[in-house]
Amino acid sequence: MNKDIFKVANKKLKSRLIVGTGKYKNFKETADAIKSSGADMVTVAVRRVNILDKKKPVLMDYLNPKKYLYLPNTAGCFNSKEALRTLRLAREIGGWKLVKLEVLGDKKTLYPNMEETVKSTKILVKEGFKVLVYCTDDPLYAKKLEDIGASAIMPLASPIGSGLGIQNKINISIIIKQSKVPVIVDAGIGTPSDATIAMEMGCEAVLVNSAIANAKKPILMAKAFKNAVISGREGFLAGRMKKSLLGNPSSPIDGLI
Amino acid sequence: MAKIQLNGKYISLKKNISISQLLKKYKLNEQKIAIELNREIISKQKYNKIILKDKDNVEIVYFIGGG
Repeated sequence: MNKDIFKVANKKLKSRLIVGTGKYKNFKETADAIKSSGADMVTVAVRRVNILDKKKPVLMDYLNPKKYLYLPNTAGCFNSKEALRTLRLAREIGGWKLVKLEVLGDKKTLYPNMEETVKSTKILVKEGFKVLVYCTDDPLYAKKLEDIGASAIMPLASPIGSGLGIQNKINISIIIKQSKVPVIVDAGIGTPSDATIAMEMGCEAVLVNSAIANAKKPILMAKAFKNAVISGREGFLAGRMKKSLLGNPSSPIDGLI
Repeated sequence: MAKIQLNGKYISLKKNISISQLLKKYKLNEQKIAIELNREIISKQKYNKIILKDKDNVEIVYFIGGG
């Protein structure tokens, strides 16, 4: 298993669990949960500095960007212009080229606006960004994103923050089968078993935030997700048994008394 | 004196200061932020060369927790 390294956009990662850093009680809890998750890549958002409070703690003080690979996102952006502005600023903070693009189309479902997503991906790729793209579970759009240079396809399992798990396994399976870049299930994962299912299906990684941050015990849940992802990945690599409609005894018939 | 807009709020600067001096005033580490001046991203090498003028619009951003 040691040789099973997760590669995305020329980066090699030990963990196949990518975690979000939002919704935690405080930075201490964020840092503890992320440590417990074993993740080496974390998503972060870009926002205005609070100029009224000079002593306000900064995320980077708790999560060392030299230790964790930051994946800046465009959460909250509803068009290409906003998303591009956000990621260009993210790059300027510290040279980040690896980014997560998410252009939302609707405030209620937080479903991605795929037209704006495709448009943004093209521009970002041209500007030298390595783009991990949050998208619908539509195989045609997933293929299109790959064709225009996305570094990873990140279809939603169900709406962001819903915890509903994978709602369309067939589409996710088609996307996994057709993609040459990593497929990372993003959004909607609610439980460790949801993550295991995604990994057993052959996803390269999963991205989880709310399911950990909103758990009663986030640090314990982070560990549960770590184990769930490892379990699912090993299950996938091991190859599942064939299904059969009828029973098949596990003990030999020969020698029955 | 210059009146600038910083992250959406109007502030008055006693004298014309550079971006580096503005960061110092707000105790911000340039390695942890990015700046837009009048909607244009400013590279870190230019922070001490650019002097803020009246009506300038400055945005300073950093990373926060997000999924």
